[in-house]
Amino acid sequence: MNSLVYTRYELLRTFRNRRFYFFSLGFPVIFFWLIASPQHNKIIADTGLTYAAYYMVSLASFGTMMSMIGTGARIAGERQAGWTRQLRISPLSTRAYFRAKVLTGYAMALMSLLLLYVSGALLGVSLPGGRWLAMTGLIVVGLLPFAALGVLVGHLVNTDSVGPLMGGLVSILAFLSGTWFPITSGFLHSFGQFLPSWWLVQARNVALDGQGWDARGWITVAAWTAILSAGAAWAYRRDTGRV
Amino acid sequence: MTVQAPAMTAGGIRLQGLVKTFGGQQGPIHAVRGIDLSIAAGETAALLGPNGAGKSTTIDMMLGLAKPDSGTVTVFGRPPRDAVNAGLTGAMLQTGSLIRDLSVRELVAMMAALYPDPMDVDEALEVTGLKDIAKQRTQKLSGGQTQRVRFAVAIVSNPELLVLDEPTVALDVEGRREFWTIMRGFAARGKTVLFATHYLEEADANADRAILMAHGRIVADGPTTEIKARVGLRTLRATLASVDPSILAALPGVVSADRHGDAVILSCSDSDQTVRALLDRFPQAKDIEIVGAGLEAAFLELTGEPDIDEPEALAT
Repeated sequence: MNSLVYTRYELLRTFRNRRFYFFSLGFPVIFFWLIASPQHNKIIADTGLTYAAYYMVSLASFGTMMSMIGTGARIAGERQAGWTRQLRISPLSTRAYFRAKVLTGYAMALMSLLLLYVSGALLGVSLPGGRWLAMTGLIVVGLLPFAALGVLVGHLVNTDSVGPLMGGLVSILAFLSGTWFPITSGFLHSFGQFLPSWWLVQARNVALDGQGWDARGWITVAAWTAILSAGAAWAYRRDTGRV
Repeated sequence: MTVQAPAMTAGGIRLQGLVKTFGGQQGPIHAVRGIDLSIAAGETAALLGPNGAGKSTTIDMMLGLAKPDSGTVTVFGRPPRDAVNAGLTGAMLQTGSLIRDLSVRELVAMMAALYPDPMDVDEALEVTGLKDIAKQRTQKLSGGQTQRVRFAVAIVSNPELLVLDEPTVALDVEGRREFWTIMRGFAARGKTVLFATHYLEEADANADRAILMAHGRIVADGPTTEIKARVGLRTLRATLASVDPSILAALPGVVSADRHGDAVILSCSDSDQTVRALLDRFPQAKDIEIVGAGLEAAFLELTGEPDIDEPEALAT
């Protein structure tokens, strides 16, 4: 009995499904080049970051969020095919099922991140090796709530509504979290800090001073991870019926 | 030849006092209203009934996909979930297609990897006739091919209990014939098989035993031949002028008699006795024809009766 084999085939399936490449990989990279390349070395006011560094992390957060929530679209598809019920009558444990789903989400996210790092480096983003690693670490941790959100959405929503929901949710979160332009004061600034996506975008500060998140960041991400994981477990448990 | 049941399968399948009610828009739906059933290890049983009889709900409870409101299910002496986790159960559910972006072989191998004692993947592809399309992607298969892959997924786990919920719905005549041939081959390995169907001839041809369900209850249960004998009347037609039907109705083995012109139509519980008595007393009877009613008639007889529980169901 080997649930790693299951994970391996899940990864294979994910990489063969080209429909998800556009939003997770293509879209963020294209936008990065459109926005950042004309003035990549210019500093954005109030941030201390160049256009290239700022939008590299912004669009990486966008692409990686899409990758993680994309898990939801795949789960919704499997539910519609009746496959989730087929898995439930196999010895595959809930834990192994979640692990496979989360790992495939992360695999897509890391591809998206790598593409943006390469694009950023080509436009002059230069960091010491340790800071690249620290930034990646924060993004990986910052994606935990979205890994849970993907599973939650997948078991809650049907295939028809999962696309618009994902697109809408990620767009709103991206806007409120300072992906497209810096939010440095006012209500949006105070409000944004309660969102997990805010801290994903804040991983860019590693480029400035090596410091990404303060305690508030860690607490916010941990709280959302706990809440959304509980939600995902609940959604999975109740979702035993025929779709 | 008898197959010695290994200790793992001791106890067979037992359903006791099983009840399941769903909330519906027009009040509760009593899907299953009290089922008691034992299936011995190694038996092939057919669960027969029209749509809405409660077959799929019963199967869901046997597989641990649904929790009974009351009553218990044990599969080889264990709760359904434990049997599933031990890899003892394999099933082909009524609805369902396949996940995409894998080849047939990859999909079957992926499922095989989840079980403690799976069948060899190539063997599973071989017996289900999927060898030639093993490299095809699952989203490019026909309906019949998809059903065969689903069947391969169910048996690659090498289960002791194989449950098939209306497995041939999407298949043509040839596909059905092939499917049952494969299924009987699998059952011959000493496996326990339960399949739900509303194709009566399938139960007749492929099961040792038929369990008839209607309105959430078991209305008959026995060897398929016995089920037919119980209510499976045969119809005897003959040309026999000027004999009163009431005299014919008194012949041995006759349940009812009818006349259309010179033709008499006798409904018989024992047509052998009837035909002997008929020729004995009325040697002029000719054009004698005896037609077996088959399971179809047995089925209508048993399940077509008015549902005496309906008013009670509406009242609650």
